[in-house]
Amino acid sequence: MAAKEFDIPVLPTYLEIPEIKEGIMEGDGPFKSSEEFQNPLGFPGEKVDNWQEVAIEKMGELKSKYRSVQVFLDSCVKCGACTDKCHYFLGSSDPKNMPVARQDLFRSVYRRHFTFAGKYFPKLVGAKELDDKMLDDWYNYFHQCSQCRRCSVFCPYGIDTAEISMAAREVLDAVGVGQKYCNQILGKAITIGNNLGLPEPALRDTLLDLEEEIEEETGIAIKYPLDVKGAEILLITPSADFFAEPHIDGLIGYGKVFHEDGVSWTMSSYASEGANFGMFIGSYDIMRKAALRIRKAALDLEVSRVIVGECGHAWRVAYSFWNTLIGVGAGATDEFGLKLQNQLDSRYPQPQHIIEYTHDLIQRNILKFDKSANDDRIVTFHDSCNVARATNMGGIPNGQFILPREVIKAVCNNYVDMERSTIKEATFCCGAGAGLLTDDLMEIRIKGAMPRMQALKEVEKSDGVNTLVAICAICKSQFSKVLPKFDFDPYMIVSAHQLVSEAIIMKKPQTDDSAAQIAEEVTE
Amino acid sequence: MSAISTIFTALFYLSLAIFVIGTARKIYQYWVTPAPLKIPIAPTPLTQTGVVMRMAREVVLFESLFKANKWTWLFGWLFHFGLLLVLVRHARYFWPGDLPEIFLFVQPFKYAAFAMVIGLIGLMGRRIFVERIRYISAPSDYLMLIMLLIIGISGAVMTFTNNHTDVIMVKEFASGLITFNWADLPTEVHFLVHLFLVFVLMAIFPISKLLHVPGIFFSPTLNQVDDARKKRHISPWALKQEQEHTVKLQQTLGKDE
Repeated sequence: MAAKEFDIPVLPTYLEIPEIKEGIMEGDGPFKSSEEFQNPLGFPGEKVDNWQEVAIEKMGELKSKYRSVQVFLDSCVKCGACTDKCHYFLGSSDPKNMPVARQDLFRSVYRRHFTFAGKYFPKLVGAKELDDKMLDDWYNYFHQCSQCRRCSVFCPYGIDTAEISMAAREVLDAVGVGQKYCNQILGKAITIGNNLGLPEPALRDTLLDLEEEIEEETGIAIKYPLDVKGAEILLITPSADFFAEPHIDGLIGYGKVFHEDGVSWTMSSYASEGANFGMFIGSYDIMRKAALRIRKAALDLEVSRVIVGECGHAWRVAYSFWNTLIGVGAGATDEFGLKLQNQLDSRYPQPQHIIEYTHDLIQRNILKFDKSANDDRIVTFHDSCNVARATNMGGIPNGQFILPREVIKAVCNNYVDMERSTIKEATFCCGAGAGLLTDDLMEIRIKGAMPRMQALKEVEKSDGVNTLVAICAICKSQFSKVLPKFDFDPYMIVSAHQLVSEAIIMKKPQTDDSAAQIAEEVTE
Repeated sequence: MSAISTIFTALFYLSLAIFVIGTARKIYQYWVTPAPLKIPIAPTPLTQTGVVMRMAREVVLFESLFKANKWTWLFGWLFHFGLLLVLVRHARYFWPGDLPEIFLFVQPFKYAAFAMVIGLIGLMGRRIFVERIRYISAPSDYLMLIMLLIIGISGAVMTFTNNHTDVIMVKEFASGLITFNWADLPTEVHFLVHLFLVFVLMAIFPISKLLHVPGIFFSPTLNQVDDARKKRHISPWALKQEQEHTVKLQQTLGKDE
């Protein structure tokens, strides 16, 4: 399939609301999943014969299981508050990328089949039948939503398109129309333990190589332990951190921080993935299934703390859902939850974000930095959507905005924020979240990145910003790819812990000589 | 009693019954439908008090809408609070017998009708002239505004122009509905239209987007405390599933506990 030609948006001086261009993003959507990837997840391999019946039944089930779906479908008054809030609409001008219009693809079918007005007066209330055309629209446009929740911040009823988007994808999977990218990855995550399908020996090799490399460079033997039973901390990080650039420099940073704290830590080859794509496809069961590997690893390795690496959707699942799904958290009264919670150290938040961990060490003066190591950088921070709008850090209001900035400012001298309406709770998504980080969606990825790129261009012009920090594996991969399309340096995107890694002053390594010296002193 | 009075009396009880039963059923549905996951939206409150404050700001000040769009906020707020004040003032018609003194304070609320109508005109204008909002509007969205406009304008006409209706008669009719002492009502057309559309509005309340009124209080993004790490939040169906170990994938990928 030849890639569709499209124009890369020109960055405007000011972000303007575009005039709508109907049908501009119409298409077949991302590559469809096949039997090979559908069946292991319990989904039909291809579009089932009685798909309409199955779909409507699934919709009924979802609205009775999720209050969000039921309330959001009923409550929208079409006020239009969200219409100019989605980065995909701002970048593409397709009206079906306005959050309310995207939801209406689903809502119109809900009205037709589940409401009095829609059953008897469909034209009046905009109720529509679920036909082939509609299902195609669902597949296409619900894969142009990164579930970033920006629209929800501005909705007077808090209606969250992510919830509707997840529900629609769940219905699509139920009728056998799944997305290849997500479902293929989920198969690997659930059977092998990570999204890359990296087996234990390969992971071990990679980490050994990394250790050698760092020792050569710094002269310090920093360990990246795997499957160490009885370690205090279990680190769950997105598997991209093991391989991808610039992610791996973040992993190097985590290792240095753990090393300086002198804490025992480990990763798990059984649960070697932070990202949980089960959320993207809206499936509670599959999301839980993926998360259960982390529970098992934590129990088997007898750790007392679980820390999560830099990953946006992972942190949402970890922070907001893990306690529900697998009991990593506190305050359980049931047997299932208590089994793990009795083992975890209640003096620490469970799970904890690596930024919270590093921030705490900085507060307690355990880490020393040479900030000038980052003096060639003028830094700005991209709030990753799911961290910003669906989680917290530090247990203080808006901690998820405060802590990463404090960590960054502790390790570099030049920091500026982007325009207020594009950061914190109003942050623009990178453009590739929730299963859109695939080459077959490059057009919407580039168009969706436009609003963030525009804000970045502004601070580049005004303050000479040359470094963009993100704490999400998807953001990092996406920006590496789209930055050059907007005339930025692709290497300007870095992990927060890469900056930490560059500025950290490691304690002098204990060489054999110094050990002997200490031994002498003791004997004397 | 005249035929028209009988019809309107019957319509009142009918629309009231639909409104009360229909809305109660919807509220019950929202109540029993679980929210299986913690999904509060930033900026999230970390305490229950914080949630109450947030909900109060949303309901009274339309905080999120203010952040989203100042014009929609202005017109929306004018309409809703105009309507609220006007409704409060209407209590005088339903109050049987002499009015307590408190109603003297309520009397000036009649001017809120202007706020209501201005707000509605503004909202209608946006729906017609803003391309994005026009795109998302169904006929019912316009119709709802038209009905409210007619209600508001006909009410203002009766209050502020010489087309007054016989308020003593209205009071007897309205309070009679409450005390079951049914009485005739005035038959000016603008009054009947005013009243009829109010009945229609009551009847369509539980089957239309007017459900945003109870809906907002059940919105999980707004009414949840952001304390996922501190308390285990689990829905009845998920708990049952957990206890029965019936994660569907168990059979196909049965490695885990």
